Amino acid sequence: MPAISVSGLRKSYGHLEAVRGVDFEIEEGEVFGLLGPNGAGKTTTVEILEGYRDRDAGEVSVLGNDPQRPGPDFRERIGVVLQQSQLWPNLTVRETHALFAGYYEHPRSVDEVIELVGLAEKRDARVKTLSGGQKRRLDLGVALVGDPELVFLDEPTTGFDPAARRAAWEMIRSLRSLGKTVLLTTHYLDEAEQLADRVAVLREGLIVRVGTPRELTTSELEVEIRYHRDGEEIVVRTTEPTRVLYELTTDAVARGAELDRLEVRRPTLEDVYLALTEEEAE
Amino acid sequence: MSSEAVAVRERRRGSHRLRLFAHQLRGEQRVFWRSREAALFIFLFPLLLFVLLGSVYSGKIYGVPASQALLAGLIGYGCANTAFAGLAIQLVIRRENAILKRLRATPLPAATYVAALLTSTLIVFVLQVVALFLLGRALYGTPFPSAPGSLAGAIVVGTAMFAALGVATASMIRSAEGSSAIVNFILLPMAFLSGAFGPTLHYPAFLRAIGDVLPLKYFINLVNAVYLHGETIWSKPEDLAVIAAWGVAGLLVAVFRFRWEPREG
Repeated sequence: MPAISVSGLRKSYGHLEAVRGVDFEIEEGEVFGLLGPNGAGKTTTVEILEGYRDRDAGEVSVLGNDPQRPGPDFRERIGVVLQQSQLWPNLTVRETHALFAGYYEHPRSVDEVIELVGLAEKRDARVKTLSGGQKRRLDLGVALVGDPELVFLDEPTTGFDPAARRAAWEMIRSLRSLGKTVLLTTHYLDEAEQLADRVAVLREGLIVRVGTPRELTTSELEVEIRYHRDGEEIVVRTTEPTRVLYELTTDAVARGAELDRLEVRRPTLEDVYLALTEEEAE
Repeated sequence: MSSEAVAVRERRRGSHRLRLFAHQLRGEQRVFWRSREAALFIFLFPLLLFVLLGSVYSGKIYGVPASQALLAGLIGYGCANTAFAGLAIQLVIRRENAILKRLRATPLPAATYVAALLTSTLIVFVLQVVALFLLGRALYGTPFPSAPGSLAGAIVVGTAMFAALGVATASMIRSAEGSSAIVNFILLPMAFLSGAFGPTLHYPAFLRAIGDVLPLKYFINLVNAVYLHGETIWSKPEDLAVIAAWGVAGLLVAVFRFRWEPREG
């Protein structure tokens, strides 16, 4: 059974249709990325799965529960990192973890979790003295202390400096090795590419593409071939790069000429993403 | 499932709830006393006012020693300050910082959370009352209450009423920044008009009329009856009725308007 399955999900706020019929499934142990620009419906989707919002239409199953009417152990089995939230400024890192651990029937060891999120040195520091990145790690620790099967991460690295992002990525990878299912939202492409087994690209409340990062970048766009001839740059876009290159190189070899500054560029996830999310604008 | 198995499961769930309650109550107490601003403003401020006002007033108020009447008034102010103002400000901050939203994603039941928060508030206020009596005894020779049971009853009733109004007020305040100003804008005039800081006999009639509508006056009446005149709380049914009416009004607003999530986003 998949950890999460969603079909025909819809949600409106007044006249605004935030989610307009979304379907996807997430397997157990999978890291799944919801990728899209601000306002695409990522947070609305995640908050419906977490049980914060009621849906207008569609079927949703999260760990076998309908999050609108969850069973008694639903919240024992999920961990949530909200996009923005604060914790008690005057408690220490350890006290904060212990407070949350007390809510669960089978918590993990508090010290182990603190170690896992890299806050061991800050164990006895008050929360208000932590840096932004450290506070975010505290959010993650608090989400993991109940030993959840499924972890929701809503834009876990927004506002991080590059070093803090790398550290957060390492932590998220370690979740995978713990066997957790992870649903991650992000508007950073590299983050989805680095972390997610599969990515769903959301645009204006609809999923416009689902697949592994590799599938998204291999199937969709034309490959770009560039070279210079008589000092002028020539760009060829093609879905059949092998044939085109063969023809170009055969021709060049026959003429005894060199294809000056030859370059073959495969689209990055960024190209795919921009193409997908900007179609409307064109 | 056999009825025995159901009973066992029910008992287990009950003891689990109780354990969660005790855990959250300890957490709330730690959060409260760790916050220097809260401990200063909510716990120490009424004690400080008692010392200040006690050294200003002398002689008799309403036929009893001034220090005793002030002690009763400051129990009233302390109750409104702790259960109404303190609770309202804390709840707005917790809601707007998404602490409440965060808690909703944990297995901690909402009812257990609210029960622990209210009990924690009551504990703070009871400690404050004890401190007021000790301070009054030490500085002004005020007597300890002759009917502690009735005083305890009055404290629970008053705390419940002001807590309901505190939660209701929190549900109507939009931002954490403004919460302290708005709440004190209600609290301080109410305390003056209700006689918490001294007699209101010489106030203009229209100010006294405003005080007559507000709940604090009736709570102070109750404390006066119990502490100053050694009566039981049942000797003041009309005051109890007004307190209950405010409490129910607050509860209704609280139940219908309470939100776990920040206003924005």
